[in-house]
Amino acid sequence: MRTLDTSGYSCPEPVIMTKKALKESPEGIAVIVDNRASKENVTRYASALGYSVEAAEGSGCWTLRISR
Amino acid sequence: MEEVRLTSLVRSSGCNAKLPPGDLHKALDGLVQERHEALIEGFESSDDALVYDLGDGRVLIETVDFFPPMVDDPVIFGEIAAANAISDIYAMGGEPALAMSLMCFPSCLDIAVMRCIMDGAIAKCSEAGVVIAGGHTLSDREPKFGLAVTGFGRKDHIWSNKGVEPGDAAVLTKKLGAGLLMTAHKAGESDAGEAISQMRCLNRKAKEAAEGLSVHAATDVTGFSLMGHSYEAAAASGVTITVDSGSLRFLPGAEDAARFGFIPEGRYTNEDYLSDKVSVPPSLPLHLRDMLFSPETSGGLLLFMPSPDAEEYLRRMDGAYIIGYAGKQGDCPVIVR
Repeated sequence: MRTLDTSGYSCPEPVIMTKKALKESPEGIAVIVDNRASKENVTRYASALGYSVEAAEGSGCWTLRISR
Repeated sequence: MEEVRLTSLVRSSGCNAKLPPGDLHKALDGLVQERHEALIEGFESSDDALVYDLGDGRVLIETVDFFPPMVDDPVIFGEIAAANAISDIYAMGGEPALAMSLMCFPSCLDIAVMRCIMDGAIAKCSEAGVVIAGGHTLSDREPKFGLAVTGFGRKDHIWSNKGVEPGDAAVLTKKLGAGLLMTAHKAGESDAGEAISQMRCLNRKAKEAAEGLSVHAATDVTGFSLMGHSYEAAAASGVTITVDSGSLRFLPGAEDAARFGFIPEGRYTNEDYLSDKVSVPPSLPLHLRDMLFSPETSGGLLLFMPSPDAEEYLRRMDGAYIIGYAGKQGDCPVIVR
């Protein structure tokens, strides 16, 4: 699964990056986010498109596994 | 003039760029200053502007507001920044008169862009009867613009946020969702047409429509969200405000912006700060929660008036609507139903 690192970016940038990455890899991606707003917003975006999202917390960041 | 997307130069925009209210409270809590006896509203209250007694029945009202662009067109940015800054004078029941501009400008940008921002601000100021009499400019990586505005009012007709009485209707004069739509707009996902028109609109008519009516308290809805500004009014007045979520009106496209995650960071920091001050039913749909806590830019006036006055106000002011009522102080300053 392709990993997209959005660390250092603030909203709406991580959502835009996720949108672009999902267009290229519609089967799913992993997205690293480093703040709560990005975690919530990327999760909302993927869920609105019908993906399921699993979040795993790391050190100061989360990895969101977005899959069909 | 070189084409440039102003919003691509900034991390956050409009009132979304405000510091979280919790951080602000921590930084300012306990600061002590000598009190000037002519100062009616000052640093210690969370009102929209300072109010200074001129001693002849009039008061001077002063406010400052500036932020990074939320639109790419510099003229429209200037208009919105001016309308937003002037709004605090209307929210205190005053007449704006003079302004000083605050401009932060990147050296890489064509200087003609600055001129366009000023053109927009001056056009909006003249609509409000305000003269920009000077200002200050800094070189900065991100553009920012706004105004310090001075207005005047009558001492016995000042609208502060602390006069709400049980039984008052809470009347809002603009729709919600501008912060969400501008986040989607920054991402290229929405033209945000109605949000932009609404943000450019002065709150002058909203203030003037209350002429002769009883207004117990007022504020305007900006970066701290509908919930944040309602909380400030409820806490300052010692009442509980109950907001009917079914009465709220949203800008077209705002619900979709929320559903697809185009949500300003301030929505989350506002909710964190207000978690023990605002009671929201867990069953409330998420997009409604987003509307309640999302920062607004150049939002409407929130007026607290006895019901008969509120009804008359609605007849005079197109687009105004009642969002709830104040009651006796309960456990929670703001309750959403």
